[in-house]
Amino acid sequence: MKNENSLILSFETSCDETSVAVIKNGKEILSNIVATQIKSHQRFGGVVPEVASRHHIEQITICLNDALQKAGVTYSDLTGVAITYGPGLVGSLLVGITAAKVVAWAHQLPLIPVNHIAGHIYATNFDHPIEFPALALVVSGGHTELVWMPKEGEFKIIGETRDDAAGETYDKIGRVLGINYPAGPQVDQMAHLGHDTFAFPRAMEKNDNFDFSFSGLKSAFINTVHHADQINATLDKNDLATSFQQAVIDVLVSKAMRALDKYPAKEFILAGGVAANRGLRERLDQELEKRDVEFVKAPLKLCGDNAAMIGAAAEMLQRHGAKADMSLNANPGLEFEWAENEEE
Amino acid sequence: MKVLALDTSNRPLSVSVLNYDKVLATTTITTQRKHAAYAMQTIEDLVKVAKLKPSDLDRVVVAQGPGSYTGLRVAVTIGKVLSDTLKIDLVGISSLLALSLNVEKEGQLVAPTFDARNDILFTGLYRITSNGPKSVLPDQHISFEEWLKQLDQFDESIVFVGEDVANFKARLQAHFGTNFKSVVGIDNLPQAARIGIYGEQQRPVSDIDTFVPDYLRLTQAESDWQKLHPGEGHESYVEQV
Repeated sequence: MKNENSLILSFETSCDETSVAVIKNGKEILSNIVATQIKSHQRFGGVVPEVASRHHIEQITICLNDALQKAGVTYSDLTGVAITYGPGLVGSLLVGITAAKVVAWAHQLPLIPVNHIAGHIYATNFDHPIEFPALALVVSGGHTELVWMPKEGEFKIIGETRDDAAGETYDKIGRVLGINYPAGPQVDQMAHLGHDTFAFPRAMEKNDNFDFSFSGLKSAFINTVHHADQINATLDKNDLATSFQQAVIDVLVSKAMRALDKYPAKEFILAGGVAANRGLRERLDQELEKRDVEFVKAPLKLCGDNAAMIGAAAEMLQRHGAKADMSLNANPGLEFEWAENEEE
Repeated sequence: MKVLALDTSNRPLSVSVLNYDKVLATTTITTQRKHAAYAMQTIEDLVKVAKLKPSDLDRVVVAQGPGSYTGLRVAVTIGKVLSDTLKIDLVGISSLLALSLNVEKEGQLVAPTFDARNDILFTGLYRITSNGPKSVLPDQHISFEEWLKQLDQFDESIVFVGEDVANFKARLQAHFGTNFKSVVGIDNLPQAARIGIYGEQQRPVSDIDTFVPDYLRLTQAESDWQKLHPGEGHESYVEQV
């Protein structure tokens, strides 16, 4: 079996999920164990980094053994060990990186470093291989960026958020609405019940770049609610949610469509935790139907952080020569290169 | 018995490879803070120069805390994952006991000391015996003043060990007079070779999954939360989905 197939053991611990997976040939999920800490961080209204790191070390060998057992493989079957080395929370990343290095060293296996964002994008690679050139919109609690992939193995940022990530904004306005972290799913649900009546700002929507900004929207939302509180007015929470979500989606979608005009892709990929947002998926369905581009959404169960997507990206990266040694360290601010700026 | 021992609890990084009490290779680094990058690199190098393969190891011994949270997680993750993946014995020892191994005089009281900042210490009190250090006062996270009160019950000399002792030396000397003793040079650094030899005699961990650092301290978020939610907080907060 060895040398004929790629069989990668992958680790992902960049935030508040401890995940270990076994991926065959970059395409087949033999196992994908995800231990989530959401309940723990709900006590604090958001992810507390030191608490997250402590949970990772509690979970790491449990997830590792469950992943191997569920996949029905042993260490001698493996052809590589993959690990997210950034971006993410440094203490969390280090538990996974250290674990992956130990396994790679103990069994003399190649160590494949994976950018977390590449992992999110490769969550779409299981159903059918990504076709290039491709453009990806990666939206999550920690990231909001547009990534151009002219060919396999090349990732170029063309735009990103200048302040909060979209998912982070959901959590912050969720708090004002009395919704616990992670607020995205419930706000999404409420947004399907109300009307866009508040005309929140669409920041940078008309700017001639592909960057995003959500802090102005967040402030406008919070000010609206506080002002109503002061004058004892009652606002319709569903209308608030709808108005907020419409503003987020308008900005994400208009930038993405403009990016597609400049970067003609065969495939448009939506990935990351916020890719599970029904409103965003529906709107992109409508917009992309009009265009000659295939729309590929990350499967719902692979939108959140998981090691399967890391293993899928690692298979591709390994073919392109990616390899790390025992000095691999976390890179919390890891970023793809920016695409060359053309004259404007 | 081939043993890998390591301590990454604080700024020093110490790694040793032994065969019983024979040191095959040992390294202590005090100039780097990136234990996450250097620990596995150092282990790989030392095991190689000891002419061993990873699978030759029979036991891994790690300093389990207290200390720097991130530092502790490096050694504990290495220990638990290596033990798990190679099916070898795992031993965790107190990072404070580890420092007290540098004092050999039988009967001597030793207070290994880490500066936890804001005039707070990670410390404990050990008495040296022919079987190694025995705990007299448990490892704890305690204010300097409270610690002095606890130590006042002992009317004998105490050897304070650790690089951070320097931060408290004047006040300790003023308080204990001639009963204050300290050590110099490498005796203030954790020595993985001593940790390994000591760890060979200790009972291995029976449940590797539950092996975690001895932080001796809740996170700020958790301790604030507990104050607001007395009696709660014992359910499992992490679940597989």
